[in-house]
Amino acid sequence: MVKKIGIIVNPVAGMGGRVGLKGSDGEDILEKAIQLGAIPECPNKAVVGLCQIKEYKGEILEIYTYPNEMGEDEVRAAGLNPIVIGKIESGNTKSADTTKAANDMYDIGVDLILFAGGDGTARNILDVVGEKIPVLGIPGGCKIHSAVYAINPKSAGKVVVKYLEGKVKNLKESEVMDIDEDAFRDGILKARLYGYMKVPNENKLVQNMKSGSAPGEDAALDFVSRYIAFSLEKDVLYIMGSGSTVRGVMDKLGIKNTLLGVDLIYNNQLIANDVNEYTILTYLGKYNKAKIIITVIGGQGYLFGRGNQQLSPKVIRKVGIENIIIISTKNKMNSLFGKPLLVDTGDEELNDELNGYAEVIVGFGESVMFKVVS
Amino acid sequence: MSKAYIRKNFHEARWDEPMIYELSTRKTRGILVPEVEDEIIAEVGDVASYLPENVKRKTPLLLPEVDQKHVLAHYIHLTQETMGANVSNDLSEGTCTMKYNPRLNEALSLNNNFAELHPSQDIETVQGILEIFYKFEDIMKEISGMDKFSFQPGGGNQAVYCAASVMRAYHESRNDTKRDTIITTIFSHPCDAAAPATAGYKVITLYPDEKGVPDYEALKVAVENIGDHLAGIFMTNPEDIGIYNSNVDRFSELVHSVGGLCYYDQANANAFLGVVRAREAGFDMCHFNVHKTFGTPHGGEGPACGAFGCREFLNKFLPKPTVEFDGKKYYLDFDRPESIGKVRAYFGSSGVILRAYSWTMMHGAEGLKEVAAVSVINNNYLEKLLLSIKGCGEAYLGNGITRQEQCRYSWEELFQDTGVGTDDINKRINDYGIPWYWASHHPWVIPQPMTLEPCETYSKCDLEEYFETLKIVAEEAYTNPEIVLSAPHRSASHDIANPEDLNDPAKWALTWRAFLKKHGDQYVKVK
Amino acid sequence: MTKKRNIVYPYIPNSVPEIKREMLDELGMDSVEDIYKEIPDRLRFKGKMNLPAPILSEARLQRHVEKVLSKNNNCKGYISFLGGGTWNHYVPAVCDTIGGRDEILTSYVGEAFSDHGKFQILFESSSMLGDLTGFDACNTPTYDWANAIAIVSRMASRTTGRKEILVSEVTGPERKLVNQNYCKPDINVVEIKFDYENMCLDLDDLRSKISDKTACVYFENPSYLGFIETQAEEIVKIAHEKGALVAVGVDPTSLGVLEAPGDYGADYALGELQPLGIHMSYGGGLGGFIACRDEAKFVAEYPSLLFGVLPTTRKGEYGFGQVAFERTSYGSREKGKDFIGTCSALHGMVAAVYLALMGPQGMIDLGSGIMQRVDYAKKELAKISGIKIYEGFNFKEFVVNFDDYGLLVNEINNKLLQRSIFGGIDLSEDFSVLGNSALYAITEMLTKEDIDELVNALKEIQ
Repeated sequence: MVKKIGIIVNPVAGMGGRVGLKGSDGEDILEKAIQLGAIPECPNKAVVGLCQIKEYKGEILEIYTYPNEMGEDEVRAAGLNPIVIGKIESGNTKSADTTKAANDMYDIGVDLILFAGGDGTARNILDVVGEKIPVLGIPGGCKIHSAVYAINPKSAGKVVVKYLEGKVKNLKESEVMDIDEDAFRDGILKARLYGYMKVPNENKLVQNMKSGSAPGEDAALDFVSRYIAFSLEKDVLYIMGSGSTVRGVMDKLGIKNTLLGVDLIYNNQLIANDVNEYTILTYLGKYNKAKIIITVIGGQGYLFGRGNQQLSPKVIRKVGIENIIIISTKNKMNSLFGKPLLVDTGDEELNDELNGYAEVIVGFGESVMFKVVS
Repeated sequence: MSKAYIRKNFHEARWDEPMIYELSTRKTRGILVPEVEDEIIAEVGDVASYLPENVKRKTPLLLPEVDQKHVLAHYIHLTQETMGANVSNDLSEGTCTMKYNPRLNEALSLNNNFAELHPSQDIETVQGILEIFYKFEDIMKEISGMDKFSFQPGGGNQAVYCAASVMRAYHESRNDTKRDTIITTIFSHPCDAAAPATAGYKVITLYPDEKGVPDYEALKVAVENIGDHLAGIFMTNPEDIGIYNSNVDRFSELVHSVGGLCYYDQANANAFLGVVRAREAGFDMCHFNVHKTFGTPHGGEGPACGAFGCREFLNKFLPKPTVEFDGKKYYLDFDRPESIGKVRAYFGSSGVILRAYSWTMMHGAEGLKEVAAVSVINNNYLEKLLLSIKGCGEAYLGNGITRQEQCRYSWEELFQDTGVGTDDINKRINDYGIPWYWASHHPWVIPQPMTLEPCETYSKCDLEEYFETLKIVAEEAYTNPEIVLSAPHRSASHDIANPEDLNDPAKWALTWRAFLKKHGDQYVKVK
Repeated sequence: MTKKRNIVYPYIPNSVPEIKREMLDELGMDSVEDIYKEIPDRLRFKGKMNLPAPILSEARLQRHVEKVLSKNNNCKGYISFLGGGTWNHYVPAVCDTIGGRDEILTSYVGEAFSDHGKFQILFESSSMLGDLTGFDACNTPTYDWANAIAIVSRMASRTTGRKEILVSEVTGPERKLVNQNYCKPDINVVEIKFDYENMCLDLDDLRSKISDKTACVYFENPSYLGFIETQAEEIVKIAHEKGALVAVGVDPTSLGVLEAPGDYGADYALGELQPLGIHMSYGGGLGGFIACRDEAKFVAEYPSLLFGVLPTTRKGEYGFGQVAFERTSYGSREKGKDFIGTCSALHGMVAAVYLALMGPQGMIDLGSGIMQRVDYAKKELAKISGIKIYEGFNFKEFVVNFDDYGLLVNEINNKLLQRSIFGGIDLSEDFSVLGNSALYAITEMLTKEDIDELVNALKEIQ
């Protein structure tokens, strides 16, 4: 069997960072970046990652990529021979080129897309492939809030090789997040959860002979969502936050849910999907008791203020801090090790009240205490 | 001046040994069973053949048929392909306290007056072994400050399970049945969470503060949240990263203040014999890994003993029987109506107790303190050497706290610099005759970890050999990473070619018969 | 009090004062107190431990321990009829040699490339236990047989998603206690009655108790009282019809002559390793095993280490690794798995050596020889007035009733003791239904002469 990999490089990703532009999405910004003397960093990082692919020892590997700086140059620089598809206007690539490349590679039926870029690049690819084929990002952009990236270019290449060789089989749903660049440049940090893509999950940490068996990440997610689903109280309005862990709870109850939005349930019945702040507040007026169930969003460890702005200070105050239930998995919490959980509700006073320690439920009757700061 | 010797030309035994089944020759015998006397046969005949057809064995028994010399040689070859602590520089296995296990104690364990004792023998005929149980219990009481011990648990895990059972019995005896939650810490042994969970408790895990010490502030919030649902706390001190929790008595005080019990996992007790005790720390129960701290062999993972101790008010819940002395005679007390029952058949790993008693008697109070002192000096000496290696760091490096009996090092810097991680180094040191080291319990919260425990067994030369070897390997990572990444080169065996097959029910093989069914003879050595 | 000596301990190389000094100097420390300074004074133990004075030389220490042990009497000096969970079998010298090798005796966790031998021995051990019991999957040792039952109770509960275990009333009393404690608080253990007329499981009682809540039916074959269960296939059928699994506790020395549980449809076979070349050591010789069907839904529920064999990166080389490492739960998705840790690996390794020495013919000879001796003893004892033998097919153990003998079992045992005989285990408390009875065990270690001595003694002391 021939293995196929698609390579997409966003040649201009990462240009904004060094010159203080917080991202390079949008053509005028890019122009500004170039005027300010930004040099493309993403291609170099891509080459570092691609060099690892030479270590591949599996069956025949076909490498599909886009012309020139969108992959061809980098693949060749890494000493590999690509099959070049598509067309671009060299020196003037746009986000539509990324989308087109992803689309072409999807049509060809590649086993995985390895891309280099930042959060914007990840979003473009998400729009095309969603969870249909695995991807992995080489961190090359200046905004890396999404969890679809390897920790560095080299390990991205290594993980991909292992995946193609069949040595890594697990795929993990990982968040694609992005911040609103316009607002960010004005000093306002607004992040959104755009969706999930599947990335190879190299769980190297667990292969030792002493600790015995451990449930996999899927099972861990299953344990915690099942535990929560069966411990929901009667006559309480549950405000279900965004993210796949909370979705797991809704799935267990057989309730339609919004992955990227907030849903309301009551006595195991759906009240409303994808509600905004106003709707939440309206329903809070109708029910006596309410609780919020949220998960930790992204690699940064945000509880509030990233991807769930509907849960506004007003909503949180109305529900009461003591009625916030945080759920996650052990692995996810350990990946945050040494970092506290973050809250950014936009209300300094509320942030202060949320600071301290929070209990995060991570399994069937298992929880961890984590520090919370703003 | 260092006399450290680096084993540059080391090669582990590699016998290319087939499976015992492949050495089989039909009708060969390894040992003969005593013959039945003719008179018996004359009287009863072939009894097995009179059994009803449905209970008689019909499927052929496919055990190997090998003569005695070749059975002996086969297993000696295999033992030679194993790096036991007595034959190697095994300060590698941190948290495991890999001591020298004296040969004298092995000889004693084969004494007929021990090895050939049946556990149901009349009490009059086992006074010697009961005396050893009783006297060793006295020693353990003195070392811990606890009032009563049970040696039934077969290891640390079972001792923790026993503690969870005692905790439940205690609260139930007070009709306090709502206590359903326990607290532990992330760097305690994983069984401090897993065993109580198996016993039905909810578990809340605390993470350390920025210095790596269990976070007292987090405990306060947890205790407040749980309130009168708190059954107790299970914690190790020092935890597996070698940092002593100087607030440990405040932990126990706080838990007691809401009616919880406190359990001290003393897996890392070796460096504190005669220095600190569970009693002074305010704990109600504790256990010692006797096979670690008291010099008995680990047996490739058992048999072992987790000596479980408690204060007087919990005595009545201990597993039965206990060993008692009435002034004249030792006896077993089964009459314990409030006992949690049994955690193990009979009285536990008697062989471990016999050896540990002998080991402890050789040292005495002064010797045990020497064990502790040399262990912490060894550890600090090794730490100083290792932190001089480029690429080697440590959990909570520079927090100003002197490490005690062990350290959790981190190869993160080396990994970032070279792509060579702890698993790779672990294989490469084997090429220099150093056994595989303990990285960390799962999960790895310290990146690229390496946990070493140079207890009193290891000489200054051992420490220096270990350091020099790691230094060479770290240098190789910078200059010739490929040789590290492709290691081991000189070990008994190598990595499985397709490790993912271990997770594939169609390919995994837990027995030889499964291997032949699933893979035919394509991989067998002897066709 | 002797004054402080600078003792150099042979097991502590750096106890040489000069070496310690050199190391402390290197660390810039005055004394070990510069390390212990991390421990607050209020936590320090201030006194001197009140321990016996040390016996520093090995020669004196050996003498001391041997002297204490000499207060014991052992099963080599006495004729022993004790069984019930630990048995007096021959331990081949080769077993002592291998079990005493420092390479494996003092090994611990290790990894497959450098502790290859340990992994292969444990794999061979599982393989041979699989052959004995008729299963393709077998774990590394558990603490003991009792622990194996407890683990199987939880495994079966997870596989089936059910919370009730039916256990034969005639299960080893200590094993029952251990299982009950481990099944708390979520698994309900219900006993199935034993038919003391026919000395087998009471199938009517089984039928009345089994339901679609039953996760597993556990019985021992031979039972604790030594009787061979003749209705095993029927029990399997009844259980499987209700979707329950079947676990059989076995004495591995019986499987040269008795059918393997895997071959009469059981889902698990478990038992004790001690008879396989391990000294009794006052109950310290135990180790358990669990064999089961080689299907993911069974294997995935093992909490134990499972070592599998596969080819390595070098041609023609065997390598070992942990099978099904990330074991997800197929049935009731309760929290993870049971805890595991250091169990009885060494005993599993010794069992491998034993089974390799014995081979198929050895196990057949052992089993049939034991049955002959048992039958002979039963016949001879039955001839004594006041003694009744419960009839049935016995393997290694059998029940002797002394109701009409005129003495209680403990009185009889005391008298036997004076004649250097360990009589059978007193059943009058744990199995009061059998009256004044004792459980006698006979292994290959006993000769006709030994049995005759018992018979004569029982004739004389009456």
